[in-house]
Amino acid sequence: MKIVACVKRVPTTDLKPQVGSDGKSLGTAGIQYEVSFYDERAVEEAVKQKEQHGGEVTVLSLGSPSGTKELRECLAKGADEAVVLVDEDWSLRDNLATAKALAAKIEELGADLVLTGRVATDRDNAAVGPMLATLLGYACVTDVVELTIDGTSGTAKREAEGGVETYAFSLPAVITCQKDLNEPRHAGLKGIMAAKKKPLTEAEANTPPNQSEVLSLELPPERPAGRIVGEGAAAVPALIDALRNEAKVL
Amino acid sequence: MTTILVLVEHQNGVAKRASLEALGAANALGGTTVAVLFGAGAADAAKTLGAARALTVDLDAWSPDRAAATIAEAIAAHSATGFLAASTSTGRDVAPRVAALCDVPLYSDCTALAAGANGVEITRPWLAGKLIAKLAPSSAIVVATLRRNCFALAEEGAPEVESLAPVGEPKATLTNVEAKAGGKLDVAEAAVVVSGGRGMKEPEHFHLIEELAAAFGNAAVGASRAVVDAGWRPHAEQVGQTGKTVSPQLYIAVGISGAIQHLAGMKTSATIVAINKDADAPIFKLADFGIVGDAFEILPALTEAVKAARAEG
Ligand SMILES: Cc1cc2nc3c(=O)[nH]c(=O)nc-3n(C[C@H](O)[C@H](O)[C@H](O)COP(=O)(O)OP(=O)(O)OC[C@H]3O[C@@H](n4cnc5c(N)ncnc54)[C@H](O)[C@@H]3O)c2cc1C
Ligand SMILES: Nc1ncnc2c1ncn2[C@@H]1O[C@H](COP(=O)(O)O)[C@@H](O)[C@H]1O
Repeated sequence: MKIVACVKRVPTTDLKPQVGSDGKSLGTAGIQYEVSFYDERAVEEAVKQKEQHGGEVTVLSLGSPSGTKELRECLAKGADEAVVLVDEDWSLRDNLATAKALAAKIEELGADLVLTGRVATDRDNAAVGPMLATLLGYACVTDVVELTIDGTSGTAKREAEGGVETYAFSLPAVITCQKDLNEPRHAGLKGIMAAKKKPLTEAEANTPPNQSEVLSLELPPERPAGRIVGEGAAAVPALIDALRNEAKVL
Repeated sequence: MTTILVLVEHQNGVAKRASLEALGAANALGGTTVAVLFGAGAADAAKTLGAARALTVDLDAWSPDRAAATIAEAIAAHSATGFLAASTSTGRDVAPRVAALCDVPLYSDCTALAAGANGVEITRPWLAGKLIAKLAPSSAIVVATLRRNCFALAEEGAPEVESLAPVGEPKATLTNVEAKAGGKLDVAEAAVVVSGGRGMKEPEHFHLIEELAAAFGNAAVGASRAVVDAGWRPHAEQVGQTGKTVSPQLYIAVGISGAIQHLAGMKTSATIVAINKDADAPIFKLADFGIVGDAFEILPALTEAVKAARAEG
């Protein structure tokens, strides 16, 4: 089985962001990067499915060649090769432009199974996975917490608001990975050594232009300062009073 | 005159509140609003919608790709310039596919839409709400999902209801739904959320959180990542950057320290209450009202007091 795991480099989730001097972009000072939280699950699932069914795992990222440390980590965790679609503006691309660039490469690679994160933790789009599937004509199940592949078909459980949904589909398919799908492994020393010899190649991205303009980027307004109404159970009446008469939620 | 299509989700023949907000947002932009409803009960749910027209689509089995193909064809047929859906699990599943079929990007989880001189102006959070972005689409069609509790509900109306045949062959089909035990409210939908963290000490103690939630009547239980990772609570209850984003009328955080990733998921709640034994816990910086003290002492008293207050009416 040919498996592609799509991985995005994003700022770490503890970032306290600043707005750049143009008032439209993310200030770059102090940003540390990591593989997006759910993309770690995509890589783990790719490796697990390969261990079960055989095949090959390619990690694919639209990004900059200067940021390949994260891709080496994916190779150390069991992926076979990594491809960076080189685009210096990767972090500014809209979701459709990103999906088109990735889809073109996936088509060329020819995948049976494409795994993406449920959402990238930078722009919170949750769009690229289902967009890839739509562009490629593949099946797609989003927010997946359990995946079973059997020959050329599969079933996936999806975490929905009312409960858990089960979907049946045929390969090729795009699966977007929710947290409970798996627990990503740590790269062992052996994996780290092996990763050094695995191919990490650069390819041209051909990303189409964005279809929107950023007008402004701002820090959200601060919440008005609150107060401690008291200590221990004795403060309960004061809280009830505040909820009823100030917040008007009781 | 522009036309905007809106996905209206419904249950037992009644439209979901979040979808009525999406209809309200479309109506506020002016032009003609066309609701699209799928599956059994669609015709009933459509009757009183505040839209000029309602398209009901009979799908024998739910398939997000088929729904998207049907919507995209309806967008073309109506020469629509927009498609809106609530940012629910269904809306978020269908909308990116519609966007790709229309060859435009998706604007997810928008908190405001404004009609400007050069088309709509979109407001949406980035980095889990740590930044607010304003965007001007340049495409002919705008596809967006809308965050709950950010848009006024559409008023009732009497749309012209028309049935529409679904398009295409399904690529993925829904075969089963395991409903949540006891039909519990989802954290993302509830008007009141009571969340517990590591300060609850043991999973067995969460009955105190559940009882407070039950006292409010319309509340759901939430959790911090620490207790989800520990296996005390299901991930479906996790609030935060790698869980759910919630924006209820009232959010009560009990034994939760207030890590940046947790705050990202709940800081737009209308009112925030924190209960924590550590007066310096970061959660108090965000809370409107706080009680410093032991959750095990405070929760039973608060539960009784909420019951009494609600009984008084
Ligand atoms: C990539 C990434 C993603 C993350 N995503 C999320 C996310 O989505 N959601 C999330 O919540 N976290 C997330 N986190 C984790 C986050 O950083 C914190 O570790 C987590 O929120 C802490 O949970 P907590 O507040 O329950 O526990 P703690 O930080 O341990 O806090 C427990 C609190 O309970 C209080 N307490 C103890 N005993 C009592 C008592 N008897 N009565 C009252 N109070 C008491 C303590 O004073 C303390 O403030 C993420 C972290 C990373 C790195
Ligand atoms: N630049 C990128 N390179 C590789 N994969 C990406 C990129 N952007 C998004 N993805 C994939 O698509 C998923 C959803 O991203 P998004 O739609 O931006 O939330 C991510 O979790 C990744 O798996």
